[in-house]
Amino acid sequence: METTVQSLTERVRQAHQSKVPLAIHGGNSKSFYGGSPSGEPLDLRSYTGIIDYEPKELVLTVRAGTPLAEIDAVMAREGQMLPFEPPRFTEASTIGGTVATGLSGPRRPYTGAVRDFVLGTRIVSGNGEDLRFGGRVIKNVAGYDVSRLMTGAMGTLGVLLDLSFKVLPRPPDEVTLRFEMDQATAIQRFNEWAGRPLPLSATSWHDGVAMLRLSGAAAGIRAAREKLGGETFPDGERFWQDLRDHRAAFFQGAGPLWRLSVPSTTSVLGLSAPQWIEWGGALRWTRAEVGAASLRELVAAQGGHVTLFRGGDKSAGVFHPLQPVLARVHRNLKAAFDPHDILNRGRMDNIQ
Amino acid sequence: MNPALLNDFERIRPPLNVISDRERLHPFETDAFIAHRALPMCAILPDTEQQVVEIVSACNARTIPVVTRGAGTGISGGAIPSEDGVLLVLTRLNRITAIDALARSATVGPGVRNLAVSEAAAPSGLFYAPDPSSQLVCSIGGNVAENSGGVHCLKYGLTTHNLLQVRVVLSSGESVTLGARSLDAPGYDLLAVITGSEGLLGVVTEVVVKLTAMPEHVETVLAAFSSVADAALAVGRIIGDGVVPAALEMMDRMVVEACEKFMAAGFPLNAEALLLIELDGAREEVGEQLCQVEAILNECGALEVRRARDDIEREKLWKARKGAFAALANIRPDYYTIDGTIPRRCLADVLARYAQLAAEYNMLVANVFHAGDGNLHPCIFYDAGKPGELERSEELGGRMLEICIEVGGTITGEHGVGIEKLRQMCVQFRPNELAMFHAIKKAFDPTGILNPGKGIPALKRCAEWGGMHVHDGSVPRADIPRF
Repeated sequence: METTVQSLTERVRQAHQSKVPLAIHGGNSKSFYGGSPSGEPLDLRSYTGIIDYEPKELVLTVRAGTPLAEIDAVMAREGQMLPFEPPRFTEASTIGGTVATGLSGPRRPYTGAVRDFVLGTRIVSGNGEDLRFGGRVIKNVAGYDVSRLMTGAMGTLGVLLDLSFKVLPRPPDEVTLRFEMDQATAIQRFNEWAGRPLPLSATSWHDGVAMLRLSGAAAGIRAAREKLGGETFPDGERFWQDLRDHRAAFFQGAGPLWRLSVPSTTSVLGLSAPQWIEWGGALRWTRAEVGAASLRELVAAQGGHVTLFRGGDKSAGVFHPLQPVLARVHRNLKAAFDPHDILNRGRMDNIQ
Repeated sequence: MNPALLNDFERIRPPLNVISDRERLHPFETDAFIAHRALPMCAILPDTEQQVVEIVSACNARTIPVVTRGAGTGISGGAIPSEDGVLLVLTRLNRITAIDALARSATVGPGVRNLAVSEAAAPSGLFYAPDPSSQLVCSIGGNVAENSGGVHCLKYGLTTHNLLQVRVVLSSGESVTLGARSLDAPGYDLLAVITGSEGLLGVVTEVVVKLTAMPEHVETVLAAFSSVADAALAVGRIIGDGVVPAALEMMDRMVVEACEKFMAAGFPLNAEALLLIELDGAREEVGEQLCQVEAILNECGALEVRRARDDIEREKLWKARKGAFAALANIRPDYYTIDGTIPRRCLADVLARYAQLAAEYNMLVANVFHAGDGNLHPCIFYDAGKPGELERSEELGGRMLEICIEVGGTITGEHGVGIEKLRQMCVQFRPNELAMFHAIKKAFDPTGILNPGKGIPALKRCAEWGGMHVHDGSVPRADIPRF
């Protein structure tokens, strides 16, 4: 059967009435992320295709089941891109999954996150209402910003149908620089550089090596290179893609992969396990075999939070626990959008 | 004044500054949406966050409306008081607590002026990017409430893109932190929801904003066109060509003449439309883009293309642009400004339809707006002395906003709904969507005391209005609930 707004709305309405939960999925490339949702699968892959893309408007509207690979290919022909560089853990990754998980790639601290570029959404709420929020224009303050609220909500507030984004021109040129330095120096440099008018577009540190990507007009990059030093890394494009998609050995394997989101200036965390640092110091990955509670305490003390991104024992919680008052507001919102808790029940374990 | 509530307030320490006499309340009866006004039961100017917590708790216990106000520069009436409520004026929470140059952030009270943040950050080579035209006086708390934009948001984003964290007092009197000093926070993105929520969800008591590195080099170009259509074409071509200017503004003949007359900005007077374009970045990069942009402007038939020679000339141009509304006020003191946003490709068409409508209503309309964002600000002039003129201008404005919805745009790009655009909210959103907005409000503010009657229209209001619809010529603003 063809998947349409009507068929999806009807499906959710039935689930709402029978109180049988739905486990929403697209390409399943991020099924490892978050708790395991209970219920019947709701496959969005056949709700696919670009609805509207006018490059001169810098606005793209797509159906949630559209693969990122397809969007990237269409946009590349127009010299444009999704500015938040979303991870593509497999070729099946969809735009709907990207918005639902709210995951952005290496460009995030310098250009913005998924939530920064979402302009509008059409969703089916948990009681089967077809709702539209935001729009296809860059500035819009009519009503609450529900589109951004959907970003990172793990499909617990609505089934994402159509999504509009602001997009950007692809930078004409990119260069990756390599530096040898220790972690503390890298964190310091990343932050100093970000405070200067340099065309930074990605940063990484791992195992004594800092990498830096510059994006923009060739002349600007040339000037920045003279100021920064370092050696040119020949296959930068491959390096950042691999980092974005977690292809390096560091990210593979069954042990727990922790995602630590911290203020970028946070000093070296006292962890014995190896780390991979991105986002100018604001995102730190570690494979430490430590207790969730002690890691959360350590990171929260720095003003950050911890997610058990992949592997490990999920029973101690995947997502960082919320403060009680905040948790109450979350429960209220969840009840407003999905009164019978049928959407992705159990996927986001800190809002229960 | 409610004596029981006053009694509650008297117990708060340090003692509150409560204003309840009519004379001293007068300055607070409206914001910059001056066509409408109301006197609150009292106005309070707290000095501490703890006082805010206790004021809101006391009001919540007695279900007394609370309207939060900052500098009072909002132009949609979002800070107009509730007659039986408390006006919470946060101008004294005006301390910049910290500028962290390495982390590129500033921690400020909601009463801190927008421009004061950039001034404090300047010695570190940083600035706060959102720059509404009122930035000299408007405050950060109001910027958060309205999700304010500005002339540079085409490249640097709106308020929502430039916040890290806010502390908010909920109607329950509990304080919560939304967002984080890291680049994301656990749970739902409530920072996004509170931004632009027009004081309906919580009272913002502290804001951590992102600071941005000042660009190494800036170029400002002025281009004159013999028609609005040519200027609109150039706007589309520049952005379509892969250039994202820091700002891209358009002014029509009436605005240019007003700016010239009152500010001597050096604008060419022979043009029907002017574009003001700013490019910034690395010196070499800006140089390349400048050539690209100038070529496009000439291809689109510009009568004149002129670069600002130096910072002094650049500042003069921007001062004139940001002062455009004040200059227009010199022509005619009474005007009404619209804030619709449209897809850029519809620019020429929509402006032509606006001109037609203005002729139909026999009213003067001037245009000065953020062309790069497709955010239109037509100014409708009326004579407050003539009975019915204000109503007619509001009706014309309503029709202009409906054109925005029709072409796929929105009724407000950056000024907010307030009380001004409640009717158009009924046109832009369907009842189930409005019902969801009310449910969101309730999730944050179960007692509904925060800024009641603003932002989101009551469903029964829409039903009443829907019967007459906006086109029928009667815009009974007087019937908007004032509580």
